[in-house]
Amino acid sequence: MDFSVLIGGAAGQGLETSAHILEHILKRCGYNVFTYRDYMSRVRGGHNFTQIRFSDRELNSFTNKVDIVLALNEETVLLHKERLKEEGIIICDEDISNGDRTLSFPFRKIIGKIKNPKVINTIGLGVILKYFGIPLDIGEGVFGKLFKGKAYEDNKLALREGYNLIEEKYHLELREDKKIIINGNSALSLGAVAAGCRFYCGYPMTPSTSILSYLSSKSHEMGIMVEQVEDEVAALNMALGASYAGVRAMTGSSGGGFALMVEALSFAGIVEIPVVIVNAQRPGPATGLSTRTEQGDLRFVIHAGHGEFPRMVMALRSPEDAFYQTARAFNLADRYQIPVIILTDLYLDDYTKTIEPFDFGRIKIERHILEEKDIKEYKRYEITESGISPRLIPGKVAGQVVLADSHELDEYGHITEDTHIRTEMALKRMRKLDLLKDDLQEPWLIGVEEPENLVVCWGSTYGAVKEALDRLIEEGHSIGALVFGDIYPLPKKKIMELGRTAKRIIDIEQNMTGQLDSIIREETPYKSDIKILKFDGRPFSGEEVYIKLKNEVLK
Amino acid sequence: MKYEYKLYEPSWCPGCGNYMIRTALKMALEELEIEPHEVVLVSGIGQAAKMQHYIKVNGFNGLHGRAIPPAIGIRLANKNLKVIVESGDGGSYGEGGNHFIHAIRRNIDIAHFVHDNQIYGLTKGQASPTTAMGQKTTLQFDGVKVEPIKPLALALTMGAGFVARGFSGDIPHLVSLMKAAIEYKGYALVDILQPCVVWNRVNTFAWYKNRVYHLPEDYDYTNKEEAMKKALEFDDKIPIGILYKEEKESYEDRFDFIKNGPPLVDRQLNPMDAERLMEEFR
Ligand SMILES: Cc1ncc(C[n+]2csc(CCOP(=O)(O)OP(=O)(O)O)c2C)c(N)n1
Ligand SMILES: [Mg+2]
Repeated sequence: MDFSVLIGGAAGQGLETSAHILEHILKRCGYNVFTYRDYMSRVRGGHNFTQIRFSDRELNSFTNKVDIVLALNEETVLLHKERLKEEGIIICDEDISNGDRTLSFPFRKIIGKIKNPKVINTIGLGVILKYFGIPLDIGEGVFGKLFKGKAYEDNKLALREGYNLIEEKYHLELREDKKIIINGNSALSLGAVAAGCRFYCGYPMTPSTSILSYLSSKSHEMGIMVEQVEDEVAALNMALGASYAGVRAMTGSSGGGFALMVEALSFAGIVEIPVVIVNAQRPGPATGLSTRTEQGDLRFVIHAGHGEFPRMVMALRSPEDAFYQTARAFNLADRYQIPVIILTDLYLDDYTKTIEPFDFGRIKIERHILEEKDIKEYKRYEITESGISPRLIPGKVAGQVVLADSHELDEYGHITEDTHIRTEMALKRMRKLDLLKDDLQEPWLIGVEEPENLVVCWGSTYGAVKEALDRLIEEGHSIGALVFGDIYPLPKKKIMELGRTAKRIIDIEQNMTGQLDSIIREETPYKSDIKILKFDGRPFSGEEVYIKLKNEVLK
Repeated sequence: MKYEYKLYEPSWCPGCGNYMIRTALKMALEELEIEPHEVVLVSGIGQAAKMQHYIKVNGFNGLHGRAIPPAIGIRLANKNLKVIVESGDGGSYGEGGNHFIHAIRRNIDIAHFVHDNQIYGLTKGQASPTTAMGQKTTLQFDGVKVEPIKPLALALTMGAGFVARGFSGDIPHLVSLMKAAIEYKGYALVDILQPCVVWNRVNTFAWYKNRVYHLPEDYDYTNKEEAMKKALEFDDKIPIGILYKEEKESYEDRFDFIKNGPPLVDRQLNPMDAERLMEEFR
């Protein structure tokens, strides 16, 4: 089984709440859920929709075809009618549409009885529950978690009214509900908290804002300082201050805000203060498409910052990955005393998916901070073979001061213009990058072990590529994919191996120029033969990748 | 003296006001019995901003104009550290003007000492936000054509709780201002008039010396209107002293979890503590 329900309407019509409730009801029934959100950059009006897909199999993507459209306005009917599966139906109020394949009901009249216009969408949810034969009490349970008092009672009434409007079409069997349902940004934030991040600052910018607001909501409970700063210039400088003082610190924004952090990124490079920076990508240039998705900043974050200094760039591939990799980013930043940049994008930040609960026991906090007993003559920027110098937290050791500087500095942290020291310092810093290479994780290999057709991709496209490959392999194609998480420095072992035996390399990215492909070309003897690129601001679906691979590669 | 580095000689010009500010700062720290490891000097870039290389305490020499954000980060991470921002008029009011305004709004516990020489010293004599209208500089060869910023008046309108002006040529007085600012619980601004002997030939030592006067004994620093008048007095006479002071809750203290616990940096971290946050996603 594999069903999709689309709820569409204008901003402000409450569709986000309805979608949230429906995905939780389906999760309670023990199904795998994947919810994709498509919204415009406005508070009222426009057209937004959310697609909730559920199945007894694992889901990694949304679908283009849907079983039910719950239309909160007429526009939704017009825009999504074509996407109905053969047996699909539209559910709406009788004033919205009465066309074919439409089940329309007097929602407004029913609402008149309940006397609470806010619960109108709930009647539609009631219809949907009955359609799939989902027990009413599961629905009521989810409402009970979200609403109290009169709001709960009214919703319950509305749900029942809807439930009684039709007969069951399916009778879904109930399964055990063992998973959590979470989006990329919440998973990332949880990873950060688990890793001991106790300072986060940022300036609101979609799609990074939900990290700021989630962490803020946990601030008191977990003792995390969350600061809304005056601008993104302040953000990274402030995070560096907090980290200098010994607290694990992170900041985040989207490309525009990251651009404002660039001077401080270079500062982080020379001052060797660990920090984690999230760039939640959206399509540029400039303001671009503020509520849409893209993978257009890979080259930007790899090269951002004046001068030459080590950094690490990793991309998150799924909500699970977001949790574990974010926690890992803090250890890498601390170990190498470098900025670690995490790339996500709006699609991954916002879609929700049912996954196995996170294993917090797997998270290790490794700080690499010098202890008093190990200090002989303290040199904050001591030139060492590894390139890593001893890090001390200011204020912790009497008589010992800690210097940090944006100038070129000597081993003690003082300004210098000495040619020898400058050269040694620059080399010292860069040596850390060599060492970091041993800590890199190779890309995930999915599909066939030694494929004829080798896909390369990174970050959030994992889901769509995974779904497409599952289908193609079932059909007998020799296809596999390397899905990069760590990207800079580029882990090369797997691509070197598989590049040799593959007949074709196919690059799949959500940008115009194939940025990962160009990096692979720079770092290895390989480059893609075919590129499947998308940069219209909308994410790839599994189906879309499947069709593209079939038509353009496996024809 | 315990704040002395032996090796590092200042790159300031002979006669520069920065020497006197350094002397005053050392005296203030000494008199307050603050040990070198208990305080962090945070600065940006400029001649003034090199201070932590010439006085042995913890030092964070960041980017031009960006001293305040890391100072805030440091304070929030470790409330046991004294945090002093030491930067020029260019860094504080120009490049970092936005941070200045928002630091006042927060009222976080830092002391901000602005070495106000009314010029960009390090970059050789361009106008700063406090250079007088009409003054000729190495860049504004035909005179500055914008009004100067009035930092103390700006701070007062923004609701700053500690607003003072000092003069590098009056060390004992400056020491008392610095001590009061460091001890003040909240954001404390001390704008320190300082001659730049090379690049500002208008606001010389004598120019300041002839104008500055101590606020009278009976001056009431809780009177905001009076303070505003004094803040705008900058011509034949320039008042120095604490213009305005008011007890206010500091930013850190507005967060119970910071106020009522050990500094963030000293807290034990255990990944398992966060596990319960997963419940809301069940
Ligand atoms: C982003 C950036 N812009 C410009 C500069 C060049 N710069 C360094 S210090 C400075 C002005 C210094 O003036 P001020 O802050 O008043 O300090 P002073 O040297 O007078 O003590 C400038 C423009 C820089 N280092 N960084
Ligand atoms: Mg200056």
